[in-house]
Amino acid sequence: MPVPVGHFLAVAAILFTLGVFGIFLNRKNIIVILMSIELILLAVNINLIGFSAHLGDLAGQLFAMFVLTVAAAEAAIGLAIVVVVFRARGSIEVADINIMKG
Amino acid sequence: MSQSYLLVALPELFLLAAGLVLLVVGAFKETAAGARLVSNLALGTLAITLVLVLVAAPDRAVAFRGNFVMDGFAGFMKVVVLLGALGTLAIAQPYLRREGIERFEYAVLVIFSTAGMSLLLSANSFLALYISLELMSLPLYVLAAFQRDTYKSTEAGLKYFVLGALASGMLLYGVSLVYGFTGTIFFEELTALYLDEEGAELPLGALVGVVFIAAGLAFKLGAVPFHMWTPDVYEGAPTAVTALFAAAPKLAAMGLTVRVFAEPFGAFVADWQQIIIAVSVGSMVLGAFGAIGQRNIKRLLAYSGIGHVGYALVGLAAGTQSGVYGVLVYMTIYLFMTVGTFGVVLALRRRGQSLEQIDDFAGLGKDQPLLALATAIFMFSLAGIPPLAGFFGKLYVFLAAIEVGLVWLAVIGVLTSVVGAYYYLRIVKLVYFDSAPEALDRGMEPELRGVIAVSAVVTALFVVVPGPILGSARVAAGALFP
Repeated sequence: MPVPVGHFLAVAAILFTLGVFGIFLNRKNIIVILMSIELILLAVNINLIGFSAHLGDLAGQLFAMFVLTVAAAEAAIGLAIVVVVFRARGSIEVADINIMKG
Repeated sequence: MSQSYLLVALPELFLLAAGLVLLVVGAFKETAAGARLVSNLALGTLAITLVLVLVAAPDRAVAFRGNFVMDGFAGFMKVVVLLGALGTLAIAQPYLRREGIERFEYAVLVIFSTAGMSLLLSANSFLALYISLELMSLPLYVLAAFQRDTYKSTEAGLKYFVLGALASGMLLYGVSLVYGFTGTIFFEELTALYLDEEGAELPLGALVGVVFIAAGLAFKLGAVPFHMWTPDVYEGAPTAVTALFAAAPKLAAMGLTVRVFAEPFGAFVADWQQIIIAVSVGSMVLGAFGAIGQRNIKRLLAYSGIGHVGYALVGLAAGTQSGVYGVLVYMTIYLFMTVGTFGVVLALRRRGQSLEQIDDFAGLGKDQPLLALATAIFMFSLAGIPPLAGFFGKLYVFLAAIEVGLVWLAVIGVLTSVVGAYYYLRIVKLVYFDSAPEALDRGMEPELRGVIAVSAVVTALFVVVPGPILGSARVAAGALFP
């Protein structure tokens, strides 16, 4: 029995919400923020693939491949920036990223 | 067939290929002279791309299986964005030299980001939209952290990256919902889906998707409620990079926003109009009041940018052809004012030190009369005082809003520009009526002088020769409403 598309959407929505809250409620480490961003992108991928299977249309799966690729590039740049911040400041605690008030 | 495909996207393909070549050139000549060479070559590349866009056929052409579209609208916005990239790259050169961060990667990153912006304006499917949006943003994250040994710049890069990635994620989630509930990612198919139906309604899931897409786009525009990154990133990033942020990506994002709402979701004006109105009002009010207490000129310009996006969105909120026309005129004029203002900020120096505080403008009228005049022109224009260009930008968007009965929106716009005039005029007062303890440096680099002069002339003389900008903007707006 195939899993109905609604279940995929529910999982994706939960993952997406976890990712967004992970960014805003996280008070410790920047690496956790990078993980939350990955979580958001993976939620989108589950959505796209679930819809793709449901609609019988390949565009969604194709889209998911592109999202994976871009997510890798994004993670690389994010980690590079974290390294640069660590060199300049000696810490990657979220609480320390506050030289400009915003 | 395949040949004509490539021809339609020739400017972008050229830009990307040139970016790769410049990367190799820079890698083999990794000195300050090499950086200067790459930077000059990059300026030439952008200029050639500009010519390629200008000579391209104005007719609508679709390529890459419907993912890429070149029409009058894309052509017009590409010219404006390329001008912005060209101007900000030119004024970046002397700044980077002085700050000792003259590295060839700067120009290469600008080229790749500009290619992303150009592709973004031609995006005709959500896949093309996402890929080009990331191509635009990823180099910008790096550029924000370009001064990598200072804490401020790296912090700006980190903040921009985290919030930018979040915005991309939200946009993408919206795209996935729209795809799932309508069954297509192509703009043309979306338009056709609801073309024949009278009183068609977007499925609820897709509507939620549109809200997410609007949130992602609002972030890229730096519009309320997703503006919180702008003041910090503008302040922290090196000033030359801030100038680029204020000019090119903002314009590209605005062009994209107009296309997304006018083309695939054009049949559902009533649905997205409320979102745009809310974002617009919020941006105008926050831009006007947020800037009042600022002491740093870059932070002030960040709030000013938020406000200007709000004004431009008034035109889009009208949802008509004349509204889009107003947006295009507004953004074009905004480009010249912003690039000119940042040119002035980059020219402001005392004992070779770059200045960033608003109080540092004091005494400029005595020390450098011509630069002071340019500053006054930009400030009056940003405030929207006739007969300078900024006034006409506001005029067209407010007219479009009044035409569709959104009189109250135009009234809010006028009131907030009065509030905004306070902090622009404060700078003019500092320039002409206050004196500084120590004189400002005289003399500036030719690139800086040229860009400031061109921007000032366009801003001041728009009222005399408005034809070129108004005429081409009218044609461009017409391309979206066949």
